[in-house]
Amino acid sequence: MAYIGIVITYIFINNFIFTQFLGLCPFIGVSKNSESALGMGMAVTFVMGLASLITWLVYNFLLVPLSLEYLQTLSFILVIAALVQLVELVIQKNSPALYQALGIFLPLITTNCAVLGIALINITQGYNLMESFTAGIAGGLGFTLAIILMSNLREKLDLQPVRKSFKGVPIAFVSGGLMALAFMAFDKALLSNLLG
Amino acid sequence: MANAHLKEFTKGIFKENPTFIIMLGLCPTLGVTTQVVNAIGMGAGVLFVLLFSNIFISLLKNVIPNSVRIPAYIVIIASFVTIVEMVMHAFAPSLYESLGIFLPLIVVNCIILGRAEAFANKNSVFDSILDAIGMSVGFTLALLLIAALREGLGAGTWTLFAIGSFDGVIKIPVLFQYPIRIMTLAAGALLIMGFLKAFFNWKTGRKRG
Repeated sequence: MAYIGIVITYIFINNFIFTQFLGLCPFIGVSKNSESALGMGMAVTFVMGLASLITWLVYNFLLVPLSLEYLQTLSFILVIAALVQLVELVIQKNSPALYQALGIFLPLITTNCAVLGIALINITQGYNLMESFTAGIAGGLGFTLAIILMSNLREKLDLQPVRKSFKGVPIAFVSGGLMALAFMAFDKALLSNLLG
Repeated sequence: MANAHLKEFTKGIFKENPTFIIMLGLCPTLGVTTQVVNAIGMGAGVLFVLLFSNIFISLLKNVIPNSVRIPAYIVIIASFVTIVEMVMHAFAPSLYESLGIFLPLIVVNCIILGRAEAFANKNSVFDSILDAIGMSVGFTLALLLIAALREGLGAGTWTLFAIGSFDGVIKIPVLFQYPIRIMTLAAGALLIMGFLKAFFNWKTGRKRG
């Protein structure tokens, strides 16, 4: 039951884009067409899941025993950067098709706030290993949902007459804001109604 | 000569404003601007980290091998972010609480890595210092503008530091009684950012035309 709660929380209630503002750069930058939006979403979900697992292990089996908790930011970002490089190499070697789809997005992910964000959130929320992994995947799925919705909207917007100064990024922000307004319908009350 | 140096400083404030023109570092921009005091705190944090990372990267530009430069930059930046975190935790605990996760996230703020890659590793220490200060001032001004609009419209107040008998909260007459709550929430942040960006597009477009 707790896992369902985590999934719903990170996909809808605490959506990374619409309520927490983590990962906005790719949300605006890579949402021009729906194909690359899907690729970016998948890549982020994959890395967020893996990063949640590994940073949890690093924190609980390395930093806590050595009482080096203050190094968490430094060690997490290094772990994530190394992980992204590793994932890129493995995918490139074993699955050229997947590399074609995700390859160009992987380097961008190191500096995606959402990945470091979920690693830090897992620690502050005190999740165990499986809960961290679930939160990572759910956070990634929430990001994917947001970026796919946005890219479909922007493809439609391209065909509409938009004032010159609003073209491109500004109208994307305004429509993102309206979408966030819709996401406000998902709140803690929804969770307690669903799970009792 | 003096003019060239001055340009490194002022370009970050207007022409290459990191928030409104280059559009980097958007997550903290929208995440922390619910109160004016948070914007000041975030600006100070970014100023410190950007200044020292620019100085160190500029000093080490001939030492760091080209192939591992990005990891090296990240280590330098993360060290200074950790220092900021610890200092703020010790001396401004309430600010530390309200900035929350966005304080460690300065590490992945694209502005800092962007300046390291685009400026500090090619230029002298002095120019890098000017560049860092200019960029941070531009970033802070942008944050202040967004925070003033969001907090002013959304809560009818401007929260600053508490000094002596002044509790740090300025109340705006009419808006305080009838605040537009949505502006302090997530949706308002995105809307305000969109309208501000459109405004700057309109201004630069008119200047050119």
